Amino acid sequence: MTSATRELRASYAFIERNFNLTKRYWGWEVAWLVYSIAGALSVTLIGLDQGNRRLIFSLMIGAIFWNYLSVVFSFIAETIEWERWEGTLEYTMMAPVRRFTQLLGSTVYALVYGLIHTGVILVVLVLFFGLDLSHANLATAGLFMAVGSVSFVGIGMMAAILPLLYVERGAQMTFVLQSVLLLISGVYYSTDVLPGWMQLLSKLSPATYILDGVRKGLIDGEPITALLGDVWPLIGMGIFFIPAGIWAFGRAERYAKRTGKLKRVG
Amino acid sequence: MTSTMTPESNRTGTNGRLPDEPKVAPVSTEPGTRAEPVREGPPALLIEHATKRFIVGKKRRPVVAISDVSLRIERGAIHGVLGANGSGKSTLIRLISGLLTLDEGRVEVFGHDIVREEMAVKRLINRVSVDAAFFKKLSPSENLSFAARLYGMDAKAAAQRAVEILARLGIGQKRMGRPIEQMSRGMQQKVAIARALLTSPILLLLDEPTTGLDPRSKLDVQIFIEEVRTEHNATIVLTTHDLVEAERLCGRISILNDGRMVAEATPAGLMAMVARDHGQPETLEAVFMTYTGRSLDDDLEETGVTDDDD
Ligand SMILES: Nc1ncnc2c1ncn2[C@@H]1O[C@H](COP(=O)(O)OP(=O)(O)OP(=O)(O)O)[C@@H](O)[C@H]1O
Ligand SMILES: [Mg+2]
Repeated sequence: MTSATRELRASYAFIERNFNLTKRYWGWEVAWLVYSIAGALSVTLIGLDQGNRRLIFSLMIGAIFWNYLSVVFSFIAETIEWERWEGTLEYTMMAPVRRFTQLLGSTVYALVYGLIHTGVILVVLVLFFGLDLSHANLATAGLFMAVGSVSFVGIGMMAAILPLLYVERGAQMTFVLQSVLLLISGVYYSTDVLPGWMQLLSKLSPATYILDGVRKGLIDGEPITALLGDVWPLIGMGIFFIPAGIWAFGRAERYAKRTGKLKRVG
Repeated sequence: MTSTMTPESNRTGTNGRLPDEPKVAPVSTEPGTRAEPVREGPPALLIEHATKRFIVGKKRRPVVAISDVSLRIERGAIHGVLGANGSGKSTLIRLISGLLTLDEGRVEVFGHDIVREEMAVKRLINRVSVDAAFFKKLSPSENLSFAARLYGMDAKAAAQRAVEILARLGIGQKRMGRPIEQMSRGMQQKVAIARALLTSPILLLLDEPTTGLDPRSKLDVQIFIEEVRTEHNATIVLTTHDLVEAERLCGRISILNDGRMVAEATPAGLMAMVARDHGQPETLEAVFMTYTGRSLDDDLEETGVTDDDD
């Protein structure tokens, strides 16, 4: 067996396992979906209340795309946390699997799961508010999503190591990171309303560019050629965050093995 | 929580030795009565001057968990590691597994350095720990399929093999589809053993594999361990608090005390040694008490001090 086949099989191990977990925790999945739909609806209703079509559309895009990004982020970020909680982390770390392979499997599952989860929300919102896509440029939106996902995967990998470094508080820190991204990325408002120092931070978040690009594509129908200024930073971030995520993961693993942080009991 | 501190009830077995059993010289290098390890080529496991420290507590106090330990285990042996709670057995197993990095020294598995040839070594070994950790909501077959794929195995073939191994350990196929959390601890432990064997390791690290099993399950597992050794030609490192088990299975035994290797010989050799040098009865219990820094009398005086939250 070639090593590539072996690595692919190992990668699939994570996809299959996560799928099985989703199946077993279906009650939770339903609850979470309802929670996400209710959240997206409530936010978008603010636009209806204001009687502003453009605001409705803008909030809807914020709610839907933020849902996608945060699902992808948290799925990847929780890969370690889950295993630590179940106690299987040592067994997984002992297996002859490259971290890249492991992260690849988790990432593919997160992307597919995120698309399905978000797809359901999208359908509900469209049924509720109707959607006028006559001006939309779908290619622009799609491209921003695709390129932007890459950076989010990288940030997710970096967040995943927190439970390796901080046994007790790793999960909480992931949560904090996610909420800060929500705050600075202009999910529901333009980043122009933020104080200057926060605007500076917002420039470092890939979500800022993704949401901006998606809005310009869907609401104003701008072609991608008009938005290259927003695409380049995203590509740059993707090129930076993925290797950085894998590198950080490797460092964290070595740190955990030196200080004995992989184990739970025994 | 585990029940590592539970003293095993059937220690009387050690006293039931036949009086005319041949005595082996104390520092004998002869292979054990049961094990016939192979001596050509690199040893299954070679540990040289291994040391591991942990920094613990707010004061960042260093704890030496493993101190200058050297060990050579030949292929096909079942090697026991005994020691009190906190003596470093699990740490030693983790160092070999690559779950902890060495501070000093080196470890080779079948001639492969565990640091430089990490992936090669990982394919050769597997481990069962006292804590049978699984995705509790998933079934044994889902958990085992995950493990098999991680090792690059074909899932179908692995499933077939898992059924065979579990049947051998007394777990029927019916059980394979239900969440593992519905199984008793002993059954979970058997699934953990199946998980390790599934990948056909040639070095199997067993960290208290029978702790918490009932006497029959324990026997099942012990017989199975011997089978794995003979049929799959595996080398086994076994830590246990069950001295009868150690005597029964192990060709040689090492004793750890506070992270140091204080004795190593065949069970018979160790027993002869304490009898000769310390005037103790010829039992493994006496060996344990002698080398772990406590006599039987001390132990009676300070009952209940063995609790050491791992
Ligand atoms: N991850 C860790 N972090 C800090 N200290 C540790 C860690 N693992 C082990 N130790 C310390 O190292 C020493 C040896 O522990 P170890 O778990 O190896 O003992 P053991 O012989 O397996 O004990 P038991 O019989 O209770 O299983 C103990 O003092 C323990 O507190
Ligand atoms: Mg232990």
